[in-house]
Amino acid sequence: MARAITTKQKVSWTILAWAFGLLMFFPIMWTFLTSFKTEGAAIADPPVWFFFDWTLENYTAVQERSNYPKALMNSIIIAVGSTILGIIIAVPAAWAMAFVPGKRTKDVLMWMLSTKMLPAVGVLYPLVLLAKWLGVIDSRILLIVVLMLINLPIIVWMLYTYFKEIPGEILEAARMDGASLKSEIIHVLTPMAIPGIASTILLNIILAWNEAFWTILLTTVNAAPLTAFIASFSAPEGLFYAKLSAASMMAVAPILIMGWFSQKQLVRGLTFGAVK
Amino acid sequence: MATAHSKSAARIMIAPAVFLLLVWMLVPLCMTLYFSFSDYRPLRGIFEPWVGFENYVRFFSSSSFLKSVFTTLWMVGGVLSITIIGGVLMALLLDRPIFGQGVVRMLVIAPFFIMPTVSALVWKNMFFNVDNGLFSYLYKWLGMQPYDFLSQAPIFSIVIIVAWQWLPFATLILLTAVQSLDSEQLEAAEMDGAPALSRFRFIILPHLSRAITVVILIQTIFLLSIFAEIFVTTNGAFGTRTLTYLVYQRVLESQNVGLGSAGGIIAVILANIVAIFLMRIVGKNLDT
Repeated sequence: MARAITTKQKVSWTILAWAFGLLMFFPIMWTFLTSFKTEGAAIADPPVWFFFDWTLENYTAVQERSNYPKALMNSIIIAVGSTILGIIIAVPAAWAMAFVPGKRTKDVLMWMLSTKMLPAVGVLYPLVLLAKWLGVIDSRILLIVVLMLINLPIIVWMLYTYFKEIPGEILEAARMDGASLKSEIIHVLTPMAIPGIASTILLNIILAWNEAFWTILLTTVNAAPLTAFIASFSAPEGLFYAKLSAASMMAVAPILIMGWFSQKQLVRGLTFGAVK
Repeated sequence: MATAHSKSAARIMIAPAVFLLLVWMLVPLCMTLYFSFSDYRPLRGIFEPWVGFENYVRFFSSSSFLKSVFTTLWMVGGVLSITIIGGVLMALLLDRPIFGQGVVRMLVIAPFFIMPTVSALVWKNMFFNVDNGLFSYLYKWLGMQPYDFLSQAPIFSIVIIVAWQWLPFATLILLTAVQSLDSEQLEAAEMDGAPALSRFRFIILPHLSRAITVVILIQTIFLLSIFAEIFVTTNGAFGTRTLTYLVYQRVLESQNVGLGSAGGIIAVILANIVAIFLMRIVGKNLDT
């Protein structure tokens, strides 16, 4: 029996919920609006809301800054590269743990999770030292490897929970029908595993894109991604609000859209299956 | 029917991930541990391999250590209280039948996907700035003196920024938990005339307790290592130096690697204490 809810109640809850939603979203909205203002309009007193001369000049100005395209490329390469590398290493591991669980599987999973909790400052200097020693400081490959390692536990865990949901009976049925291990993997398991792998990729690109400890501290010029590029605006240049807003919007827009698509996976990926 | 063959194949499949994480964890951590017992100041060319617990004693007894611990507690505590209370309320609100629920959810969750350096800079300049920030206009409009948030109330300001980023996370997880609540139980309680507040206190809150614990633990682990928000806004000035930030400054800015490493080891130990509790909960769930 569904509870009867009057339209009046529904309307008042709706107004309240939208008010909170818009409040949370306001800083993003404001940045979006400011990115289309002239620098003068961006600091106008009183603030202007919608009625100003909309301009794209900030977007062109930021793109013309010598280091923006490079930072964007670095962000893409580092986020995608570390995710792909992580997936290649994690898929076999998660696969084996889900389908051929041993006595130690749970311990291994828990131990992997524990590595995620290691505070970054605890290993900061050794990593800088090792990177210098190997000659990879301020290089994309260094960041790809480091971000892959810090996200690997999450990737393994997410994949594990997805693979766990694939029913074992299907495998047995395929085996009865005489399918070889190879065809079992290609024709039966892979199609069922693809959605889980896709969501894992999505969430990890988001996490890698936004990572702002190692990306700031391990780069200077060559490998600096958008996180570091934006941080460089904290210099007096940051006072150019419209340009800061345009740069910010360009840095967050693609990930925000990906994030909206991955809402559901977020819960699974970040709580390690502890909340369902 | 795992055969011996498939078992050894499984081991080989797991090996690379385990090996990499093992190296990642052990090598740098052992180096930090080693440095923490040495006097290592590369800029001055000093390297004394063994000074015993001197760094730990100095780190513990310096006034900046205790201060940084309090700052960390304030920040983590502040963000946790805002996100937990706000998250529960927001989750209950979003669980109501409302028009455009999907869109509201997207609005609420958006801040979580914003790059930390972007949110810190946007808040710092466009909201907190004393000359041109929106809050200053608001203060002026209300006939009050503009308030310089980042220098007058620096910890509070950073708490606001970080809480804004993490409130969506808490909301989303708590919403998932709220939605798994048995609605019949609630309806029965309602029919029996239980007021809304006691329905919340005796049915909803106990149901949410596990999710709340998980949110607290996960957020604590992430919040203990807040970095970019401080780096961009105050760079550790005005008493916003957390333990993480203090270690960063010792190690990279003043290049006192020995002292910083001792601090790093302390940070690792503190994080592990929180981690143990989280692991216990996750581990329990793995069995069911």
